[in-house]
Amino acid sequence: MAGEKDKAKQIERSVPRVDAEEKISGKAQYIADLKLEGMLHAKTLRSTRSRAKITSIDIPNLPEGYFIVDKNDVPGQNRVKMIENDWPFFAEDEVNFYGEPILLVVGPERGEIGKILSSITVHYEDMEPVLTMEEAEEKGDCYFAEYSFSNGDPEKAFKEAYRIIEDSYSTGYQEHAYLEPQGMIGVYENGKITVYGSLQCPYYVKPALVQGFGWEDDRIRVVQTTTGGGFGGKEEYPSVIAGHAAFAAYKTGKPVKLIYDRKEDIETTTKRHPSVIRFRTALDRDNRITGMEVDIRLNAGAYTGLSNVVLQRAMFCCTGVYNIPDVRVMGKTIATNTVPCGALRGFGAPQAIFAIEMHIHNLAVMLGENPVEYKIKHLAGRGDRTVTGGFYREEIKLEEMLEKALDMGGYGDVSVFGSHLNQGGNEKYRGFGVSFFLHGGGFTGSGERDVIKGKVALKRRKDGKVEIMVSSVEMGQGPQTTLRKIVASTLGLPMTEILYENPDTDRVPDSGPTVASRTAMVVGFLLQGAAEELKNRWEEEDEIDVVKEYHHPDYVKWDQDAFRGDAYPAYSWGVNIAEVELDSLTYQVNVKGVWGVYDVGRPIDELIVRGQMEGGIVQGLGYAVTENLVITDGRVLQNSLTDYIIPTSRDVPGLLKVDFVDNPYEYGPGGAKGAGEIPHDGIAPAVAAAVQNALGFPIKKIPITPEYLKEVAENAFTIRS
Amino acid sequence: MKKIRVSLRVNGRIFTLETDPNRRLIDVLREDLNFTGVKEGCGIGECGACTVLMNGKPVNSCLVLIGQAEGSEVVTIEGLKGKNGELHPLQEAFIEAGAVQCGYCIPGMILSAEALLQNNPHPTEDLIKEAISGNLCRCTGYRQIIDAVKIASKKIARKE
Repeated sequence: MAGEKDKAKQIERSVPRVDAEEKISGKAQYIADLKLEGMLHAKTLRSTRSRAKITSIDIPNLPEGYFIVDKNDVPGQNRVKMIENDWPFFAEDEVNFYGEPILLVVGPERGEIGKILSSITVHYEDMEPVLTMEEAEEKGDCYFAEYSFSNGDPEKAFKEAYRIIEDSYSTGYQEHAYLEPQGMIGVYENGKITVYGSLQCPYYVKPALVQGFGWEDDRIRVVQTTTGGGFGGKEEYPSVIAGHAAFAAYKTGKPVKLIYDRKEDIETTTKRHPSVIRFRTALDRDNRITGMEVDIRLNAGAYTGLSNVVLQRAMFCCTGVYNIPDVRVMGKTIATNTVPCGALRGFGAPQAIFAIEMHIHNLAVMLGENPVEYKIKHLAGRGDRTVTGGFYREEIKLEEMLEKALDMGGYGDVSVFGSHLNQGGNEKYRGFGVSFFLHGGGFTGSGERDVIKGKVALKRRKDGKVEIMVSSVEMGQGPQTTLRKIVASTLGLPMTEILYENPDTDRVPDSGPTVASRTAMVVGFLLQGAAEELKNRWEEEDEIDVVKEYHHPDYVKWDQDAFRGDAYPAYSWGVNIAEVELDSLTYQVNVKGVWGVYDVGRPIDELIVRGQMEGGIVQGLGYAVTENLVITDGRVLQNSLTDYIIPTSRDVPGLLKVDFVDNPYEYGPGGAKGAGEIPHDGIAPAVAAAVQNALGFPIKKIPITPEYLKEVAENAFTIRS
Repeated sequence: MKKIRVSLRVNGRIFTLETDPNRRLIDVLREDLNFTGVKEGCGIGECGACTVLMNGKPVNSCLVLIGQAEGSEVVTIEGLKGKNGELHPLQEAFIEAGAVQCGYCIPGMILSAEALLQNNPHPTEDLIKEAISGNLCRCTGYRQIIDAVKIASKKIARKE
């Protein structure tokens, strides 16, 4: 048996990344690198109001070869197809957020385009904007969605509670800050539109264009170009830019390139939702949690986008890794006149996990218990019910993972996380924190079966090479390598025999969007099945096409109307330990060490998955500490990479160590579960717990800026005296 | 606008061109000379994606006006080669360490590391971090990039 396991684990062994050589040599062609014959450039004119009617627009006489493209140039519906149909490609009679696109100026020279843009005047009739969640709720009628569900008997739990504790947490915006800004090229040729661009979901862009043009499917083609990072930012938003570039190409008859600059990318594309999460928790006489009410509010911005689905994921993980028998969960997405929020790695989970982890931590502190021991007492195990009344079916190895993390960090036991360490006059405060977290792999609930219906194909060509036909994209996370590896190892072929081009919707079926930690787990599993079938048919002559469609594992039961059952087919798990040092005068948080242990089933390629974990941890550190994005009077204040501070090489903790536990998943290729998002979920609460451990007062908000700590310290002092 | 005449050597070849004086080195490298390995991530010197070596020093080519590059020796990622046209040790090391994800920061990152190793073939981890601190990466968390520079340093030592 040991031999078989070793063989099965071979998939973990790292191979050189397939896409590395073209990237280290500068040969990789990103969207901004492409030049087409006669290509024009475009730039967007944007609203300078948060909410106003457009009364008129003064446009100067245009030089020859220059064009204006606006709402009147959308042949079909001026709505970006997402879930709700409320987001216009171009503003119509009113604008709803600062930076909303109104029109494009298109032409051959970017300098001239800039001059034309600055000579256009938009006349507005101002309306009173709603700029914060509080304002919106005061005024009322502001919810894109209001959901609630319960599990067990929360009423009884609260009626019988020995005591009830209330508490609230908030999280800020986060910007993706992919290094490659968003961009698209639209081409109109022979009655057909082709869009090339930096994107995660070719089959989100295509239907958006089909609706925008009102054309048949076969007149729209979407091709992904080498994508310089996505993190969810290139999930739904590229449909907007693709529409703009395509409408401009259709009007001008020439290829049109639309590349965002960093400032407009930060100011006007989607962000992570700010949240306010409130808890009401019932305890029995033994301090055990018996019931919980969780109330989640997300600031969705001006249009719905994916906000309601983000809210669902936040709600479905709002009790974290804990077994809480009686729960009621409420959630709202709130409309405001601010930039629309959307997908960002974790998709609602980082907000919810921060809140629940700190809530349990603070309950423990209040009860005089060690927070880590208190958390361990409440951990869910195999067979326990999830918050939606489904079941955890896999072995949950969190305690083993904690032991491993403690060993890695050189901590003998958990006592160091309990006491408040650094009272008094030291110049530096040190603190230690632990977080436990989970991430459901794939689409929520029955989404994979009923909405996505992923389809993959393998083609064995005449020359014997095998081509992977999927719409899943490489954006840095590694599928060019991992998906090839799954197919190659199943077929027993070298990886060089497997081909996998950037997706082109004219060639590949819709294997679903590249999101939700689903590519290796869901698409990879379909490919593994396709490769098994191909292997059996290998002796056939000529070309062979094998198509596989998604089938839900039989055990998954889900009711999307009641939010009841197995919200996800499987969960990945994580434990983080963070060690921080704080300057007692400036309150600057310096993260000295992070240890992470993950259960992602079985990593498909150790080096790639390690890279995902380390990258996610560092992105999460930014979210926890430095990435402060504030909207004041409707405008993003931090609209550059100087003001919006993502971690640099010098901000990486000196100690950053990642390890895995082996827990293969039956319905994942080679045993793999989701891996892309989980590292971002757990780091903020580990750092916040460490800061709290160092300073001795509760941390209830991220990012943990020096200003916030000073405010909390002053309040704490006031209360004590 | 009156054009200026500029001569510079890029990746070993001399180029002479007439161009508007308000253009940046990055514009000329990418648009006129087609060295698209030079990436634009911000246009204001914050992200380092457009890093090239100018007279051996790493510079943000988005902050250099083309006139300032007159007579200079510029190396872009396309000009970085190992001996006998093989991959450069840094390029080999970036592959080995798994240091490449989306790749957009990588040309600039490698050139900053090259400038460091030229001056100091055996840098400490702190010096490596400092040398690449102007090159933002959003994918890797930098750990594998730092490992790659260490591996390259050893490779270069072996080859010497």
